[in-house]
Amino acid sequence: MMAHPTHHIDVSSVLRGTVCDLYSNLVTRPTGAAVRTAIEQQVAEIGAPAVTTIDFSQVMLLDFSCADEIVAKLLLRYAHPDGPDGYVLFRGIHEGHLDPVEAVLERHALALVAWYDGHAELFGAVTDEERLVWEQVRDAGPMNSAELAHALGMPLSDIDVLVQQLCGRRVLMRQATRVLIPGDTPGMH
Amino acid sequence: MTTVISVPPSLDEQTFEQVLEQIAPIPDGQKILVDARHVRWASPYGLTGLLCLAQSRTERMAFAVPEAPETCSYWSRTAFFRHADELFDLHGTVPRAREAHGSDVLLEITPIVQSDDVHGVVGRIQQKAAEILHGQLGLDTAITGAFGMTLSEACQNIVEHAGQGGWVAVQTYNYQRRLGRRVVVIAVCDAGIGFRRSLESAPNHRRSDRWGDAMALDEAVMRAVSRFRHGDAGRGQGLAGIRRFIGRWKAKLSVRSGTARIALVPEWDDDMPMTEALAPFPGAQVQITIPEHIGEPTPRASNTVPRPRSRTGGPGGPR
Repeated sequence: MMAHPTHHIDVSSVLRGTVCDLYSNLVTRPTGAAVRTAIEQQVAEIGAPAVTTIDFSQVMLLDFSCADEIVAKLLLRYAHPDGPDGYVLFRGIHEGHLDPVEAVLERHALALVAWYDGHAELFGAVTDEERLVWEQVRDAGPMNSAELAHALGMPLSDIDVLVQQLCGRRVLMRQATRVLIPGDTPGMH
Repeated sequence: MTTVISVPPSLDEQTFEQVLEQIAPIPDGQKILVDARHVRWASPYGLTGLLCLAQSRTERMAFAVPEAPETCSYWSRTAFFRHADELFDLHGTVPRAREAHGSDVLLEITPIVQSDDVHGVVGRIQQKAAEILHGQLGLDTAITGAFGMTLSEACQNIVEHAGQGGWVAVQTYNYQRRLGRRVVVIAVCDAGIGFRRSLESAPNHRRSDRWGDAMALDEAVMRAVSRFRHGDAGRGQGLAGIRRFIGRWKAKLSVRSGTARIALVPEWDDDMPMTEALAPFPGAQVQITIPEHIGEPTPRASNTVPRPRSRTGGPGGPR
């Protein structure tokens, strides 16, 4: 059972609905800011903490300014202690989007979870140990800290710290005593 | 009295300096004739630079158009005369405006004033850019998106920093003299406030003894400093992104502003990384040169993060 309701936002539709119905590319900073504001409004209207999937599948071109305004500023908002509860995920990020997305993640020391047909990937500024833990959870499914420590052969205290960091960055999600990848469906493993 | 400014027969980024050296000592308001009658060839930088030249003076200048019919015809296809007619008093035979479809004009000279113009430029050029960059220049298909991003960021510099409109043009031609290959050249030029004054307007700006056009260019181009960085750490990434594009595709970037010019020089070129004490000229003039790909495979993007892998899980996850 999911911890939060899921919510899907097609960025391309937001772009056409809020900026101009003729645009198909996410370029320029004002465009990015307008799209992000519309996304934040949609998330706020849901009210309850949600797992929100931002879908870039229909976006042909994403420039650095829009990546910063949409991807980085949304993640910064969620990572802030006073930010909204819930999680933001990404879908449809293709090779052409990666350069600007990676650039803004590195600039702000952020990380994100992107989904590709049922498979999750972790992008951005993460340590090797953080990535190890995250990938273990992704590959094995929801786990508690003791199970992670056993699987990775690491001290429990180290695992606790890493899990805490990854949850704080909203790339892992707590569910009772276990953690899982946001957007993951328990039982799929 | 009218002062005549001679435009060199081949007008590019380098020879445009000769035009600026002639015009710099002339007091603003004095009558000037820009004599382009003997010009046989001009790059996008040269053409957009001429339009900026007109915008940089309060007195409307006269302009003698090229005598060679093929040159005039080409300039017409680039839309030069359409814009020049509003800025200069044109003298000579100007051919009727013609469409640039099917020619080596990838993007005719286009004014950039606001963000919508950037959307228009990027949207218009995508299909043709793919045909030229991948189909003709043999570059990896990934360059098409990266090219659009680079063009977008270069144009946004005008909207966000120039304080007035500017011009963009993209053209492909055979760069025989230096490279012996075809190239695609982007020129983005304005006659606005330039990098130094833009950075000086930042609330946290501190002048040093070395402060000037060269240092401003170095900060903006090499260190991603932006006047908006104060309070927004995400700013300044546009030029940094252009720099990565330049490195990946073995391209060349040069940016002139005020009295200085900075260049990211690939191995196929021997330009100076920094040139100072140039004739003063307002605004910023950017040129990006992307060479045809020959030989070894085009490098992939950075590998700092994992590439998406094929599906390994079962059903589930966001759709």
